[in-house]
Amino acid sequence: MTSELDIFVGNTTLIDEDVYRLWLDGYSVTDAVALRVRSGILEQTGATAAVLQSDTMDHYRTFHMLERLLHAPPKLLHQLIFQIPPSRQALLIERYYAFDEAFVREVLGKKLSKGTKKDLDDISTKTGITLKSCRRQFDNFKRVFKVVEEMRGSLVDNIQQHFLLSDRLARDYAAIVFFANNRFETGKKKLQYLSFGDFAFCAELMIQNWTLGAVGEAPTDPDSQMDDMDMDLDKEFLQDLKELKVLVADKDLLDLHKSLVCTALRGKLGVFSEMEANFKNLSRGLVNVAAKLTHNKDVRDLFVDLVEKFVEPCRSDHWPLSDVRFFLNQYSASVHSLDGFRHQALWDRYMGTLRGCLLRLYHD
Amino acid sequence: MPGKLKVKIVAGRHLPVMDRASDLTDAFVEVKFGNTTFKTDVYLKSLNPQWNSEWFKFEVDDEDLQDEPLQITVLDHDTYSANDAIGKVYIDIDPLLYSEAATVISGWFPIYDTIHGIRGEINVVVKVDLFNDLNRFRQSSCGVKFFCTTSIPKCYRAVIIHGFVEELVVNEDPEYQWIDRIRTPRASNEARQRLISLMSGELQRKIGLKVLEMRGNAVVGYLQCFDLEGESGLVVRAIGTACTLDKLSSPAAFLPACNSPSKEMKEIPFNEDPNPNTHSSGPSTPLKNQTYSFSPSKSYSRQSSSSDTDLSLTPKTGMGSGSAGKEGGPFKALLRQQTQSALEQREFPFFTLTAFPPGFLVHVGGVVSARSVKLLDRIHNPDEPETRDAWWAEIRQEIKSHAKALGCHAVVGYSESTSICEEVCILSASGTAAVLNPRFLQDGTVEGCLEQRLEENLPTRCGFCHIPYDELNMPFPAHLTYCYNCRKQKVPDVLFTTIDLPTDATVIGKGCLIQARLCRLKKKAQAEANATAISNLLPFMEYEVHTQLMNKLKLKGMNALFGLRIQITVGENMLMGLASATGVYLAALPTPGGIQIAGKTPNDGSYEQHISHMQKKINDTIAKNKELYEINPPEISEEIIGSPIPEPRQRSRLLRSQSESSDEVTELDLSHGKKDAFVLEIDDTDAMEDVHSLLTDVPPPSGFYSCNTEIMPGINNWTSEIQMFTSVRVIRLSSLNLTNQALNKNFNDLCENLLKSLYFKLRSMIPCCLCHVNFTVSLPEDELIQVTVTAVAITFDKNQALQTTKTPVEKSLQRASTDNEELLQFPLELCSDSLPSHPFPPAKAMTVEKASPVGDGNFRNRSAPPCANSTVGVVKMTPLSFIPGAKITKYLGIINMFFIRETTSLREEGGVSGFLHAFIAEVFAMVRAHVAALGGNAVVSYIMKQCVFMENPNKNQAQCLINVSGDAVVFVRESDLEVVSSQQPTTNCQSSCTEGEVTT
Repeated sequence: MTSELDIFVGNTTLIDEDVYRLWLDGYSVTDAVALRVRSGILEQTGATAAVLQSDTMDHYRTFHMLERLLHAPPKLLHQLIFQIPPSRQALLIERYYAFDEAFVREVLGKKLSKGTKKDLDDISTKTGITLKSCRRQFDNFKRVFKVVEEMRGSLVDNIQQHFLLSDRLARDYAAIVFFANNRFETGKKKLQYLSFGDFAFCAELMIQNWTLGAVGEAPTDPDSQMDDMDMDLDKEFLQDLKELKVLVADKDLLDLHKSLVCTALRGKLGVFSEMEANFKNLSRGLVNVAAKLTHNKDVRDLFVDLVEKFVEPCRSDHWPLSDVRFFLNQYSASVHSLDGFRHQALWDRYMGTLRGCLLRLYHD
Repeated sequence: MPGKLKVKIVAGRHLPVMDRASDLTDAFVEVKFGNTTFKTDVYLKSLNPQWNSEWFKFEVDDEDLQDEPLQITVLDHDTYSANDAIGKVYIDIDPLLYSEAATVISGWFPIYDTIHGIRGEINVVVKVDLFNDLNRFRQSSCGVKFFCTTSIPKCYRAVIIHGFVEELVVNEDPEYQWIDRIRTPRASNEARQRLISLMSGELQRKIGLKVLEMRGNAVVGYLQCFDLEGESGLVVRAIGTACTLDKLSSPAAFLPACNSPSKEMKEIPFNEDPNPNTHSSGPSTPLKNQTYSFSPSKSYSRQSSSSDTDLSLTPKTGMGSGSAGKEGGPFKALLRQQTQSALEQREFPFFTLTAFPPGFLVHVGGVVSARSVKLLDRIHNPDEPETRDAWWAEIRQEIKSHAKALGCHAVVGYSESTSICEEVCILSASGTAAVLNPRFLQDGTVEGCLEQRLEENLPTRCGFCHIPYDELNMPFPAHLTYCYNCRKQKVPDVLFTTIDLPTDATVIGKGCLIQARLCRLKKKAQAEANATAISNLLPFMEYEVHTQLMNKLKLKGMNALFGLRIQITVGENMLMGLASATGVYLAALPTPGGIQIAGKTPNDGSYEQHISHMQKKINDTIAKNKELYEINPPEISEEIIGSPIPEPRQRSRLLRSQSESSDEVTELDLSHGKKDAFVLEIDDTDAMEDVHSLLTDVPPPSGFYSCNTEIMPGINNWTSEIQMFTSVRVIRLSSLNLTNQALNKNFNDLCENLLKSLYFKLRSMIPCCLCHVNFTVSLPEDELIQVTVTAVAITFDKNQALQTTKTPVEKSLQRASTDNEELLQFPLELCSDSLPSHPFPPAKAMTVEKASPVGDGNFRNRSAPPCANSTVGVVKMTPLSFIPGAKITKYLGIINMFFIRETTSLREEGGVSGFLHAFIAEVFAMVRAHVAALGGNAVVSYIMKQCVFMENPNKNQAQCLINVSGDAVVFVRESDLEVVSSQQPTTNCQSSCTEGEVTT
């Protein structure tokens, strides 16, 4: 006697969270059954392995049918085939679009048109995440990117509206989309210590301050391209940043800047002598990063440069985070006292975001 | 009464991509009714078209309104080639044709294609205006209400229960008309779906006409089936119970009454011609001699039946001789005569009801059934219904005879079914023989004083258990004893019925699902030889199924079966029997004896030891079951049982009865009347197999109970958490050395494993009861067995269930106080047995809804931010006739839908399981959408009557036919009723939202 057909359909669609987790993680039905057996569910419920197989298969079939709807979450709300309570709908969407830290670190900033079997295979081998789960997560990134890449307005709002994600997850996806669009380099060895959360934090600051959609910074020229407000960096802004080179090119300004910072921080910084000795190098590093952002290559290397020019030197001198904060605050504020410097607004727009990023990037 | 049908096509959404170049669709809609078709404009380049069409108007006869479905076809416009089909919606207009039901059909419907399933949705508005036309030759029955529910619907009162109605229509099956053409799957499937829809409508109209002839206004317990006879045709047949119903006026009804002048025309038509149509069993003949007129008044002409003048107070010979009390004799005889006179006017005194108004059911005689084997290729004229009508008339006569033999003149819980394989067809009918209260059966007025006296003589809570037949002329050997409740009348030791448990029955402990399962091999044969082989096997199968039921009932320590349903399924090389029922312990019946195992010829010690071991296992199982189901009847000494002391003459009769039993000890004893113990002899492999099947029925896991009736005795704290489900299993037998024994084991394992799976899947609902468990067996191919189960899982509050059971008096008082509104329908002088048949009192403590599965969302609970804009309302579905913790306020019409699904890419759809899983989910979705469009929020009495599945894996093909039905209703939670003042604004808000959606 062999089983040809075995199904269960409820008027309210049952969602077993444990099985959903296994399905999202890309386990086959056989592997999922084995894992459930190992969890002791047979002893707890008195069920047999055949019952567990049937149950798991039923759930997998349901999830497979739901997957097409999860690709466009508003359809899940308006469809008539599955009657699912709203709280379960939210859970389905949220968990489907959740992703693994290890996976996103591998693809963050890379071109999303890639994703061949070999690439995902390599990532799967490296991270231990199943290939199926890698495929789901990558396809989610690509799908969100394609839907919102040509939309105007807030990136986070667009993602929330079209994918019904939670605030936190929508912000995460905004970061992924932003990094993919601008191709930021994240895979270098010296960046390995950084988490996705670190990059997402920086992305949020950049979206808020450095993009065409930044609040209060939209160009007044009616003929200019108004699309891609949150996706693209403001090219005019990046071009203007070249003007900041005067801070390190003009010896008098540089000396005066150093003097102001040292005066303000004397007696407050535990690493004052190291700071004093290194001030000019640090300042040249930060200003040169700004000046080079007119080139795409250098935009992509933004995080490499920040780590190389600022984080690593400070770390090698054993700066505590509190001292980094003191320094950056004074370094930014002192420029306002430089009589000969005429780009105060530009400086604030640049350093306001950069300071936040550097503080986030500075950890072991 | 002609009318105007108006249809507006509002919008579509989630349409499939029909143009690969643009990834969009150029959609338009054809609206067809009868032979008239309208089209919308083509909405270019969109998957979410907004047609907002004008009203398409059809002026049609009311006959067509009843027969025809509205067909809505969605297509993709193609400039250079034929337009591509996307899908269809069939909408039944009938719910709009009578008052108190839906006034408009409006909402989103899934667009269904028989090849691809659901492809998007369409928003439609449908309205009907009926004109007043005094058509003396009308063939329509607008205004007759239909209910699938097999009890009096919840917000109605039965004025009169008229009796049995039936109809049968036959047509050629489109599937078999492709001899000279290439079959195109979509065309064939759609032709079939449309034909069955047409035949269903015609059937309903004709049955409605019969109801009008009987001066009724409704059909309750409406059961429709279709028979796929193959080349001889496609048959749709239906039975029901004609009634005259009154709407109960409830002070809690807050729904705004939408009265319009046109609705007054939908009042119940009144027949002034007293001559009934005498061709009730044939097709409906033109009613040229009938004259009808309309009357807004709901009063009826209460004419006395001429047979009333024959009433006599003199008891007839044999009548009433079984009565233990002299004083009751004359009135008992009068009661019987009235019942007889009322029912003898009917050719078939059958009732499809399984639950009844209080006082309706006087006595129960037991299950009656009949089967007949027919050859489809012998039908004289396959395109006409006469032959088939004669078949069914023959089998109904047999049922009637059986009931008479039991001293009854009525059959309740009546149902019919067929099983077809190739050219052989098995017709089956079954019901419960009963004695009914004539007050519900005729509109003649009995003299006041007699009626008053009869009321006093109405049966007590154990009355329905008393035997209706004369114990001196019993139709079969049986062991009788005095009723354990009243100790005045005789009761059998075991009672089998096809009805639900009466609400006033005294039950000890809980009930449980009991199943008997049996397979028998048969040789493949052709035509008459095949029919003969089947006919020879049937009696033995019936006997063995019965034996299994008796054994399992005793094993549970119970003495009665309710809701018994026996189905025999015929395949090419085997017959299958499956019986399902709910076992209970009735307090009025005696404690069942144990099961004793004895060897025929004990010859050696090890054999004796084996027998002893099995005996111990059986005894242990009985003890465990009594504890599990809380069966602990009060101890009654032997001296009390015999009271009052019978007269010498009666003592002589008792002795004679015992003597007869002892004399016929070698005869077939179907009732196994021996009280001491049922002796099960082990002398061959079959008997050994029986014992094994007894012991392999695994009890449900703790926290689970199951039954196939609506009411589970012993549990009364239901929560509102319900989950209706359908489960299907198909197994393939290995064809090597197939024996009856192996076949039986496989079948048993299939059913048991299915139940285990259900318990596991629903474990988060514990403590939980599976109610209305409905098993259906099919044999699609030689080596395939298919079992389909539809049931509802309901959670109950465990803490209160552990409380001591209250005395019957307290229960009665409590129920009366909680159902005060429904009590208003009865005069106060009625005796205490006339309580309304409210299934359960409201749950006192609402269980907090569990995380998984989450109970259906409350309409007003929309606090989840990401999904706050969800626009799909929740529609509950249940096979029960009620919803626990809620009150049904309105019935909107019946849902009766038939779907075909076919695929030529079976593997890509996930194999047979993926294919059927998706199809059943789609059927659920379409049922819910139709209910929501009618303005309802639930389907009750839901049943999946047929699920015909065929597969051809080699060709990557599969096909499935599903027929479902139920009653669309509006319900209100009892907790919501307590805040009536705040409910109305919510209703208005919902109404406003609906209007907003329509105008989008």
